[in-house]
Amino acid sequence: MKIKVLYFAQLREKFGLSEEDIQLPETVRTARELIVLLSIRGGVWSETFDGSQAFRIAMNQEMIPLDTPLIDGAELAIFRPVTGG
Amino acid sequence: MTAHMSTRLSVTVQPEDFDLGREYAALVADDRSIGAIVAFVGTVRDLNLADDVVALELEHYPGMTEKSLNNILNAAAERWSLQGARIVHRIGKMYPGDQIVMVLTASAHRGDAYEANNFIMDYLKTEAPFWKKEWTPEGPRWIEARDSDDKAAARWK
Repeated sequence: MKIKVLYFAQLREKFGLSEEDIQLPETVRTARELIVLLSIRGGVWSETFDGSQAFRIAMNQEMIPLDTPLIDGAELAIFRPVTGG
Repeated sequence: MTAHMSTRLSVTVQPEDFDLGREYAALVADDRSIGAIVAFVGTVRDLNLADDVVALELEHYPGMTEKSLNNILNAAAERWSLQGARIVHRIGKMYPGDQIVMVLTASAHRGDAYEANNFIMDYLKTEAPFWKKEWTPEGPRWIEARDSDDKAAARWK
């Protein structure tokens, strides 16, 4: 399964990356498993996803809970809680 | 329950400033069934967390932003009797005193327009993918979300 992941605001700056395509290993099926996959990259990735900071995940432009199964070809987005208005 | 067929709902996300008077006139048009219009305008403050704010930069998630704002308007129109509602939210760089966001709600009686307006802002602040970066004399910093905003949105559940 292949997905696109977008990063916004603080996370985009921290990772120095606004988007990437990821070919997922068979073992990664949910949003939570994707976060684990990203966190084992180390450095700013493990720091961001070590549980100390809140973040939100959207799939195909709708916010989703962590246990949501990922859909092949989906557009994922990961960002800190929103601050508009 | 679904929104009344004639409920006019619209959303615009733009870098340009907006004109409240013009937006008001466009929303009301010639609809004589409207008896109440509530307007909320959010502006850039010059002080936040005891620091001078020189400028504010707003980033968003194109596509999801519009989708999320439309969902919020539809939810409001299902819950209250509205003749119309409109959101204009700015993106990009803004300065103290500038307008950031406008929410207009129109209904036959004021209760619906007031409550729907409040609901729309509460959800916009917790659901719509916008992020604010403040520029202070010490440099830029991203604004952190506040628990009080989550609590404000939760009261409508």
